[in-house]
Amino acid sequence: MNDPMRTGPLLTMTGMTKQYPGCLANDHVSLTVERNQIHALLGENGAGKSTLVKTIYGVVKPDAGEIIWQGQKVAIQNPGHAQRLGVGMVFQHFSLFEALTVTENIALGLGSARERIGLRERIVRISNEYGLPLDPDRVVHDLSVGERQRIEIVRCLLQNPKLLIMDEPTSVLTPSEVKKLFVTLRRLAAEGCSILYISHKLEEVRALCSAATIMRFGKNVGECAPAEKTVKELAEIMINMTLHAPTPRPLTASSKPPRLVLDKLTIRSPHHFGTDLKAISLSLAGGEILGIAGIAGNGQSELMDALSGEVPAGKPESIMIDGVAAGHMGPHERRGIHGCFVPEERNGHGAVTAMTLAENAFLSGFTRQALVRFGIINTRKTAAFAEHIIRSFDVRTTGPKAEARSLSGGNLQKFLVGREVLQDPAVLVINQPTWGVDAGAALAIHEAIMALAEAGAAVMIISQDLDEIFVLADRIAVIAGGRVSAPVLKREATVESIGRLMGGTAAAEAPGEMALAE
Amino acid sequence: MLKIEPRGYESKFWRYASPVLALLLTGATSGLIFAAMGRPPGLTVYTFLIAPLLQQDGFEALVVKAAPLIMMGVGLSLAYRANVWNIGTDGQFTLGAICGGGMALAFPDAPAWAIFPAMIVAGAIGGMLNGGLVAWLRIRFNANEILTSLMFAYITQYLLVYLVTGPWRDPQGFGFPQTALFSDDALAPKLIEDTNVHIGVVLAPLIAIALWFMLEKTLLGYQFRVLGQATRAARFAGFSENRLVWIAMLISGGLAGLAGMLEATGTLGQLTTTLSPGYGFTAIIVAFLGRLNPLGVIPAGLLLALTYLGGDAAQINLGLPNAVTGIFQGILLFYLLGCDILLLNRFRWASTQAPTRAKAAQ
Repeated sequence: MNDPMRTGPLLTMTGMTKQYPGCLANDHVSLTVERNQIHALLGENGAGKSTLVKTIYGVVKPDAGEIIWQGQKVAIQNPGHAQRLGVGMVFQHFSLFEALTVTENIALGLGSARERIGLRERIVRISNEYGLPLDPDRVVHDLSVGERQRIEIVRCLLQNPKLLIMDEPTSVLTPSEVKKLFVTLRRLAAEGCSILYISHKLEEVRALCSAATIMRFGKNVGECAPAEKTVKELAEIMINMTLHAPTPRPLTASSKPPRLVLDKLTIRSPHHFGTDLKAISLSLAGGEILGIAGIAGNGQSELMDALSGEVPAGKPESIMIDGVAAGHMGPHERRGIHGCFVPEERNGHGAVTAMTLAENAFLSGFTRQALVRFGIINTRKTAAFAEHIIRSFDVRTTGPKAEARSLSGGNLQKFLVGREVLQDPAVLVINQPTWGVDAGAALAIHEAIMALAEAGAAVMIISQDLDEIFVLADRIAVIAGGRVSAPVLKREATVESIGRLMGGTAAAEAPGEMALAE
Repeated sequence: MLKIEPRGYESKFWRYASPVLALLLTGATSGLIFAAMGRPPGLTVYTFLIAPLLQQDGFEALVVKAAPLIMMGVGLSLAYRANVWNIGTDGQFTLGAICGGGMALAFPDAPAWAIFPAMIVAGAIGGMLNGGLVAWLRIRFNANEILTSLMFAYITQYLLVYLVTGPWRDPQGFGFPQTALFSDDALAPKLIEDTNVHIGVVLAPLIAIALWFMLEKTLLGYQFRVLGQATRAARFAGFSENRLVWIAMLISGGLAGLAGMLEATGTLGQLTTTLSPGYGFTAIIVAFLGRLNPLGVIPAGLLLALTYLGGDAAQINLGLPNAVTGIFQGILLFYLLGCDILLLNRFRWASTQAPTRAKAAQ
């Protein structure tokens, strides 16, 4: 009766420890996943969630700790071993070949030719059974992110897993796709495949998961049934501080003169798989925050490059900053007319990782802060500017001489946002203001953005995080397939209405082609 | 089992210790090779690295050899810091010598005050022409500068051979592949009477200091450094990659051309087919040994110059083949690049007590 292969927890981990150079990623972490359970692993970025699940999947070898799988002690050697035990994993970043079909991609992951027999039929059967609609003959390149995720899930399900690990699965999905995914996951759990669900989205975890393990700084800090806690309570356990929600901004009158105007901004992407920007028209007044929502890969980075001047627009008049035609200008000239920009990627784009904070402050600050005289860098003034950013934004570091790579993601992001905000811009554009940033830093960044708008700047935030957009923005527009929808006032927008626009890639495609032909 | 693991930061100690370790390993390895060739290893390394300095005029010979290496190494360290991989300095060196030397041959009766300055300009322009072509091919056609600059090195070498054996051959030279001797006014001014120590010997360190200042303290140098480390960040700041590629190729080419012209007028006094014993390629090792820092290039240039003298000494005293110099330099470059793994990584014995050890190591 008491056969541990059939009863008892599916997976028990105790004392899991993993040391990376300069960082104790897991410090005696425990985790128990029951059968038929959807178990959440909660924590901020850098809390050690990924290291822990990679241990289960055999990618990371722990320094210490014990793993009991179905009542038996195991040492998981590699992902192949994990798969044979019955562990499947869907990573946050997919590993798919764009030029191959769905079936070809899945076949590549299989071990032997024998397993490939009847593969296409099995893919069709599984995708129908679990509500994961998928055409096995489509080429991956043509598929949406949601469909690509389904390939990864089907790939796992073909192995009949007992435990399916999902790493931040909803960060790339529209609200309606999220709903469909949840139906599938509940069904899987009911049929005997437990799910380990990694996320920092608390609403989702409350709706989906029956148990949660919460981590902070590589340690366990709590176990709970998420449905019994409020989002605020969960967040407070996660970051160990009391949260004050930022006060919603009073809506500004848009009668002020516009500071940033885009007029039919159209740019063909130079990259093969890039997104073309199609006739984007927008107008931002001083004191206003415009949020651009959208699913990753719909033209956000292209829009950012066009606004910052890294990819100049064809017509000068298609981008106006404070009434000056700026479309043809490079980033340096745009800063000269009070435009400031924070790109999405910190490492190697917004900052040079191997350079000091002072040198990084110089990167985009030398124009407006007058840090150069006769071609020679004013080192003292540069260090003072860096010091000013560090103090004003509470950047945790040893000082201006610290290398950018020695900072945590949140601290570096505070530094980069601070670098632009402190230059007193007329127009500030930020792509993914708090991507991969801890909650404390995110709050500080949000407050700085709101204060800047209060002071009269026009701010555009491009974000995949709808919550963030609803907190910050006065008006909301959606970017899909390289087109931007007409902005709506926040009070007239709902998550559903915005979500529908986010999924509207196909509908927006046809008129876009006409605009390009003009 | 010996494992390599990332430090997560750049070691300050190994930044300076790694070239020293590379040198020691090079000494040990070449000692083994000499032993395998049946020579006493200790004596050979001594002949190679120490004996040349003890000779009469040893120091003068050293600085004269080092001057072109330093000039080229400085230009290369600048280009390499910007991720512009000019490896055709030998060609730029040769074209500089051809242009400077051609000027001397064309105007043998030009006034003294005019001819040498004009040759300096011509030499630099020759190198820049060669470097500029490489830059243009990269920017216009996206042609890899490693390939094009190397190919130009061979083209210019054959151009030199053609000129020296053909139209420019000295009619009174008994058919030897060499030009007429330059007039006295067209020779590089000597710093010390009756030696080869010419003006380039002081010019080289001055150029190194000037370029160090440019690289570390000016906006232009900052642009090179950002471009080399993060192309996207350079674009974000608004730095033009094309402009920087042009400047890097013109400076490194121009300096190589200047070095070539000084070599022709300072030590040879004429053009011959064997103008450069691979100086341009040795300069690549000089740049890396100097940590791509113009000031570090000065001692690196002296050391590599020593290997040339040592090669001559080993040939004369021990009867070793001339290829020994190339082998020694090749081993040195190999260890230099190899030891750099220690900058960002450390070795340790893998064991189950890893966490405690890793903590102790910090």
